[in-house]
Amino acid sequence: MKRLKSVGELEKLRKKIISKSERGQKRIVTSAGTCGIARGAIEVAQAISKELRKKGLDREVSLKVTGCQGFCEIEPMVVIYPERILYQRVSAEDIPEIIAQSIMDNQLVERLLYTDPATGKKIAHEPDLTFFKKQTRHLLDSNRMIDPYNIDDYLALGGYSALAKALSRMKPKEIIDEVKNSGLRGRGGAGFPTGKKWESCRVAPSYDGIRYVICNADEGDPGAFMDRSVLEGNPHSIIEGMIIGAFAISSHTGYVYVRNEYPLAVQNLGIALDQARKYGLLGQNILGSGFDFDIHISRGGGAFICGESTALVASLEGKMGEPRPKHIHTVVQGLNGRPTNLNNVETWANVPLIINNGAKWYSKIGTEHSKGTKIFSLVGKINNTGLVEVPMGISLREIVYDIGGGIPNGKKFKAVQTGGPSGGCLPEKLLDLPVDFDRLSEVGSMMGSGGMIVMDEDTCMVDVAKYFIKFLTEESCGKCVPCREGLDRMLDLLTDITEGKARPGDVELLEELGTMIRETSLCALGRTSANPVLSTINYFRDEYDAHIKDKRCPARVCKGLITFSVIKENCNGCTRCAKVCPQAAVKGEKKKAHKINQELCIKCGLCRDACKFEAILVS
Amino acid sequence: MKVNANKVKAIVDKYRGRHDCLVSMLQDVQAEYRYLPEEAIRLVSDQVGLPLIQVYGVSTFFKAFRLEPAGKHTCTVCLGTACHVRGAPRVLEELERKLGIKAKQTTQDREFTLETVNCLGACALGPIVVVDGKYSGQMKPGKVKELLADYKKKSDGKRK
Repeated sequence: MKRLKSVGELEKLRKKIISKSERGQKRIVTSAGTCGIARGAIEVAQAISKELRKKGLDREVSLKVTGCQGFCEIEPMVVIYPERILYQRVSAEDIPEIIAQSIMDNQLVERLLYTDPATGKKIAHEPDLTFFKKQTRHLLDSNRMIDPYNIDDYLALGGYSALAKALSRMKPKEIIDEVKNSGLRGRGGAGFPTGKKWESCRVAPSYDGIRYVICNADEGDPGAFMDRSVLEGNPHSIIEGMIIGAFAISSHTGYVYVRNEYPLAVQNLGIALDQARKYGLLGQNILGSGFDFDIHISRGGGAFICGESTALVASLEGKMGEPRPKHIHTVVQGLNGRPTNLNNVETWANVPLIINNGAKWYSKIGTEHSKGTKIFSLVGKINNTGLVEVPMGISLREIVYDIGGGIPNGKKFKAVQTGGPSGGCLPEKLLDLPVDFDRLSEVGSMMGSGGMIVMDEDTCMVDVAKYFIKFLTEESCGKCVPCREGLDRMLDLLTDITEGKARPGDVELLEELGTMIRETSLCALGRTSANPVLSTINYFRDEYDAHIKDKRCPARVCKGLITFSVIKENCNGCTRCAKVCPQAAVKGEKKKAHKINQELCIKCGLCRDACKFEAILVS
Repeated sequence: MKVNANKVKAIVDKYRGRHDCLVSMLQDVQAEYRYLPEEAIRLVSDQVGLPLIQVYGVSTFFKAFRLEPAGKHTCTVCLGTACHVRGAPRVLEELERKLGIKAKQTTQDREFTLETVNCLGACALGPIVVVDGKYSGQMKPGKVKELLADYKKKSDGKRK
């Protein structure tokens, strides 16, 4: 790797890389993000490489291992180029057959093709999958063509051309204007206009001229993993965005604050930074422009609050990750007291797109006040679990049913939770809501970082509210009283409700507490923490009433309100339930109907899982 | 636990003693000893030049750090929202019963430490249990026994 000294040298290198890659050549691509690896993607990749060598094909057919491509449900997947034949849930044992059929012969391996859940038809080619077809993948599409360990793959796709353009043909103010005009808003949760933030940081006084840019990769929202996917699969898009931002703001030091729960992301980002440095895309005198900039990785310690800007900055300073009041914003006084510009992973990854294609192109996508595409992680009770990149303004229904393929096992949709622990649960009647920053806030939820958790009829909304409040009591840093004590009291009330010990008026008390926490907490974690409770009370009041008045959990989840019993007619005395019961609460003779001793039963549900005759009744 | 001062120094030096790398340093120390021994916290404080109370504060503030040694195997249950709605709490309860400990505790024979995490970002696999870095997806309470048996066997095998 030779250090590039000018934009011209970068373009020359790019041409060389593209000319070397032979178009139309057979290529096997397999994705190995965290999900894929957990399901054996590394073994699949090794099997491909071994089989190619065995068959003497390793010179004609290349193998590329990419990061996560977003369709987690069908991992590990193998795609054969140039036709883009897709095989799903492949294991190492399938590889010889795939190579014999689809590489050496032009046949399909029918059994490994994807079956559309809506039509029941087999689909052979990747672009024809409804999951991909209905998306607008401006950010995620590159993941399928990039080996994250090889910067040349990113360069071949036009990578770092936005940086070259910014450094050689744009003034910092022009870059900021471009980002402002694009309408890009922060993807981390609050949706603050990115260009405006950059401008504030650039003009903020710094006595020694030091300014920082930070990439917030502390993706703490449970159920959101789009940042992980970009970090693992296309780290250079973030690096390029950060260099452009740093140039516009006049910063020479950047940080990526990344969750330690994402070991692969930390590793891939580190490799990408090293390679960018070797090409001289980071360091001194980048591409001969005279601009110096470098990026450090800082690993988080597993605290949700560190996604908040002031808490993140405190953590970076080697202190406890506690937020401070924002009378003075971090763009004015952030890390080490200097102006600091902090944006989330997805926001940074959008920057090269805007610089390359222009603000006009970017602002054509989306709604009036929310521009561009947004990546959502569609998870929970949904057929097609995965990352979904769609234009802002698309309806929840299109995401859940058209792209997500609806609810599994014929169950009924109940709610979709957006915005993580700061967001809310939206009911079926809001499915046609266009998704953007403002619409979601209007209905009591928020965009957050883009987690979308689908819930079906078996999900208890009171239990979900309790789950989020429990999460937040553990993650509350404890600095301010309303959040620390208020959340604890809310958890007590919710626990009582789920255990059947609630009193009439508890819901009103929850609402009062929630409003108080919202109005008086120090930081955004506290101020939004009551949303899960308030939104479920708002839309699912009947479930709260059923728990409190009728002492009944309609979804049959809350242990204090359900009992397990045996349906005599269905039980044939196979003893399976008795064997798994940890309490020895299930008794009965072989081939005779069993019985559950209610005093011993701890409602663990193992008997129901074990029963093959639907003889365990939960009521 | 005997703390090797040179090892701790090497970790601090790797990050050039930078305050913005304190969490990373402590993580590396923990990777070495499977917890943060008091002596190591004192050494880091000395060498980085931060007050002991600040380093101790950071060590207790972040979930990732332990002040007690972990067991031989670390078993982590993901309690993210997607895992939660798919039944992760029941998996955790079964693990607690089978191991005879609660979350965040270590078994008496120091074989297993049971931990929880708020999301691993691999929601398609939920509920997920990670043992020693190996992910097991689509967990059910009924699969717990089998999962633990694999690791118990490994330990027994080594002892023999």
